[in-house]
This record gives sequence, C-alpha cells and structure tokens, in this order.
Amino acid sequence: MDDLRDLYQEVILDHGKNPRNFRHPEDANRHAEGDNPLCGDRLTVYLKVGHNGLVEDVAFEGRGCAISMASASMMTEIVAGKTEEEARALFRRFHDFVMGKEEIEGADDEDLEKLIVLAGVKQFPMRVKCATLAWHTMTAAMDGENVVTTE
Amino acid sequence: MNAAVAQPQASNTAFDVEKVRADFPILSRQVHGKPLVYLDSAASAQKPRQVIEAETRVYEHEYANVHRGVHYLSQAATEKFEATRTRIASFINAPDENEVVFTRGASEAINLVAYSYAGHFLKEGDEILISELEHHSNIVPWQLAAQRNGAVIRAIPIREDGQIDMDAYGDLLGPKTKLVAITAQSNALGIIPPLERMIPMAHDAGAKVLVDGCQAITHRPVDVQAMGCDFFAFSGHKIYGPTGVGGLWGRAELLESMPPWQGGGEMIARVGIEKSTYKGIPHRFEAGTPAIAQVIALKEALDYVDALGMDAIAEHEAMLLDHAVRRLEAMDGVTIIGTSPAKASIVSFLLDGIHPHDIGTIVDREGVAVRVGHHCAQPVMEHYDIAATVRASFGLYNTLAEVDALVASLEKTREIFA
Ligand SMILES: Cc1ncc(COP(=O)(O)O)c(C=O)c1O
Repeated sequence: MDDLRDLYQEVILDHGKNPRNFRHPEDANRHAEGDNPLCGDRLTVYLKVGHNGLVEDVAFEGRGCAISMASASMMTEIVAGKTEEEARALFRRFHDFVMGKEEIEGADDEDLEKLIVLAGVKQFPMRVKCATLAWHTMTAAMDGENVVTTE
Repeated sequence: MNAAVAQPQASNTAFDVEKVRADFPILSRQVHGKPLVYLDSAASAQKPRQVIEAETRVYEHEYANVHRGVHYLSQAATEKFEATRTRIASFINAPDENEVVFTRGASEAINLVAYSYAGHFLKEGDEILISELEHHSNIVPWQLAAQRNGAVIRAIPIREDGQIDMDAYGDLLGPKTKLVAITAQSNALGIIPPLERMIPMAHDAGAKVLVDGCQAITHRPVDVQAMGCDFFAFSGHKIYGPTGVGGLWGRAELLESMPPWQGGGEMIARVGIEKSTYKGIPHRFEAGTPAIAQVIALKEALDYVDALGMDAIAEHEAMLLDHAVRRLEAMDGVTIIGTSPAKASIVSFLLDGIHPHDIGTIVDREGVAVRVGHHCAQPVMEHYDIAATVRASFGLYNTLAEVDALVASLEKTREIFA
C-alpha cells in the first residue's frame, strides 16, 4: 500500500480532480495533441508564446488518468512565465528523474522540487508515460508538430 | 461483504473448480505478496499442466519438422500435428478436417480471408459490413483489403445496451454487401450478437460471413455447421492452449477458390524458377514451418475443455458473471458498459470519478489482474464516448471468492481516492 500512497499523494489527487488551467485560450498560437494509445488517453496542450520565446500562457484540455491529469495541471502552473528553452530543460530533467536516471531530492531547483510528488511513478514503469504525456505534448507544440504519441 | 447480495451456492454439478485450479500451476503464485486473482483470460488464458507438459513432451520425445522427412521422428511429429487438425474439426463440428487451416491466431486467420478472399473477389464499390463491436483484428485487415480493391467498409451500429442494432443491420444489407465480418462475442463488453439471425440475413443478401470466434470458442460449444457461417477464426491461446497458434475454418469450396496468400515451403506442389503450382487445401495456406509443438499441444487444450464439458464451463462462468454483475451493481458509482443480457464471461465497467488506468494500478497491488484500456476495440469506446473501461473476464478456473476479491480491491481504490 505504501507505494500506492506515494503514487496517489494528496497533491496529485487534488490536481487530478481539479486540474488547473483546464481551458482553451483564445489567443494560443501553438498547440499539439498528445495520445497515449495504451489507455486511449488524449490531451491537447495550448501555448501562447511571445516573440521573445516567453511562454505567456499554457493550458490544456482532455481526459486521462489521475497521474496524467495531475502532471499536466502542474506543468501549466510551472511553465507559465518561463522561456521555451527553460521549459524544455525542465522537462529533460523531469524526464531523467522519472526514468530513474537522476535524483532531485533536495534539488537546487524549486520547480523540480514541486514535481517530486510525481516520484511515485518510478515504482510503476507502466505509468511513466502517463506522467510525461503532457510534457511530450508541450515540446511537440513548441516544435510545431501537432500530434505526438507515447508509443 | 454486502449483506444485500446473497452469495450464490456453487452448483453441485460435476464441475469442481478447486480441482480445475490445481491443474493450473500459475494460479498458485503470488503477485505483490497477494494471491493472484487472474481476471484477464479474455486477453489470454492461463495454461493447464496438461498443455504445458504436452509441449515439453514434443521437444523431449517427438520433435522434428513436419511434412518433410521420411525418418521416424518427422513422421511421428507429422501425425501428431495432423491429429490436432482433426481434433479442431471435431471440436467445432467442421464437416472436413481439410477445411481447417493453421494460422498464428485469429488475427492471421482474418488477414488470410481479407487478403485471399476479399482481396481477390471483391471489387470497387462492393461492401464489407463489420460491427462497432469488433476487435481491431476484425477491422484493420478489411481496411487493408479495401485499400487495394476499392471496396467500402460499413459499420453496423450497436444500441445503448451494447447489442447489435438489428434494424440498422437489415437496412445496411443489400446487393452490394459481399461480406459480413462479425464477432461471436465482443471481447470488450462480452456481448453476444444474435448470429443465428444475422447469418441467414447476410446469406439472403448474397453475402458471405466470417465469424470472429476468438472469444466465443472459449465459453460455449461451437458448431460451425449449425451456425451456418462461411469462415470461422480463433486463437489457441484464449482457449487454454499455447501462443502462436490458431486457426481458420472455411467452407471447402471457398477455400479452394482462393489463391495462396503467403509463399514458401509446405504450400507448394512443384516449384520452378518462374512459376510454381500449389498444394490443395489446407496446406496451400500454410507456408513455412508451422508452430509444431504448439499445434500439437493445442489438441491437449481442446481435450481438456472437452473433458470438463463446454456446457459445464458455460454454466460455471455464467454463475461468476451473475455474481460479479450483482456485486458491482450494489456498489455506488459503478456503471456497467454493455447491459444487454446476451453476454458471457466478461464485465466492463467504470467507477465514477476514477480513471480505469488508476484502478488497474491499484487493484494490481491487491493481486487482482484486470485489463484497463480500450481493449483493442476503440470503435466501442467511441460509441460510448469513453477512453477506457475496466474489464474483468472470467475463465473456467475463476471462483466466486475471486469476484469478491475484485470488489474488495475496488473498495480499496475508492478509499485511496476518497
Ligand atoms: C474478439 C477477438 N478477436 C480477435 C482477437 C485477436 O486474437 P489474436 O491476437 O490471438 O490474433 C482477439 C484477441 O484479443 C479477440 O478478443
């Protein structure tokens, strides 16, 4: 049960039930659809990127499990106000972290620190894709690819 | 346990589930420190010791390539191999064992018909009817065939309760309909379409019928002659047999009219550099070295279920399904998808506010193996506008206590999400 409590922490359940920035901004200028064929989950990430590469707004819509919804919701909160490069760099570190390649316990970075609640997926390899779907979709939107799948 | 739900009495027929369970070595293992509760037989069934031993015995005592040698072992293996063909014919009451073609499974059997029958005999504008209940294996092969010859695929809709909409089916059938490809039981919902009415209707319209028997064959007796279909596809691994083997039954006159679909050894009569002649049926459709040991062990699986009796198995599984439906319905926030009474051995459901994927992960920690997702039947999911369900599927070795374990694990899921 402890693994499960780690996976489904309060914060995750809260974001999963009440996802933040769950909307379609009128002025978004990038978007991409993410698809997890394993479970049929689908979400769309919308970005409003300024001329200076600043992500001014980020939001999403779609449906998925608690982990993918929570990860998407947290992503929208953390990424807003960052540059594209910063957002990508953060995803690279987060990805390495959930893949078990990097420890971020007591990380120097307060954004990564917030994502530590998703650490539970490390014990559930099948669920890593759920935790990274929104992030893959965000980078696809930045790259101008409109569809991404986790397969 | 919920007091409002009476525990049904295990029927006092000859079916002894504890004795059956003792035949399946894997069922005594633990998962995450809990006894395994295997409720995913619709994806693939576990194997009895008899099947496992039969496969080992082939490699230890009677293995050689088939149809090729004059030496003792090759002949012995060939005889055993062909004995399975005969056994399948009797199992599904086929008139002639030469109408049974070995394939890697149901998918390959359907691909064979799509390529060799639909691919050659259907023309632009001809229609193939499939239903919204189909497994992807009974959808995509027809799409590939249609891409080649310009045939059109049309979908028979289902009703809210998951059953085929027979009025719509009647309307779809017409002079352009050349083939109806329909499941004998939905793997996603467990629903059993009324083939006894659908097949004659198709024939009246002049169409041939392929039945995807992948699920049905494991749950009740199959008689292809009584059913009246033209092709019947199935997989060995779903009926407690080995992986990598399955079959296609087809009417002899149809199979004989069909060109080969894969070339290689085994399927030829004589090979020249420019041109070859082919063997008759069924070998014309069996290019290359087949899954020899698996085919031989498949006979053991069919003997196993036959000894228990398909009717007794159906009765046992009906009791499990009935209990599962009653216990699930007694839980708050459970929605069963596919409520038509014509169903067997499978229950697909949703739990309010909790995604199936999360449910699957949590119940797994209780040792309960269910399938979550779209079950390779995305058109069904689209019909209900959902992405996924939780599916519990029952086999001959499942017990009422396992159904209760599923329900307890769902209660636990709810606690975590409370
Ligand atoms: C109804 C149905 N048809 C076809 C298939 C495909 O069977 P296989 O993967 O063994 O070829 C399955 C298996 O999931 C099934 O349930």
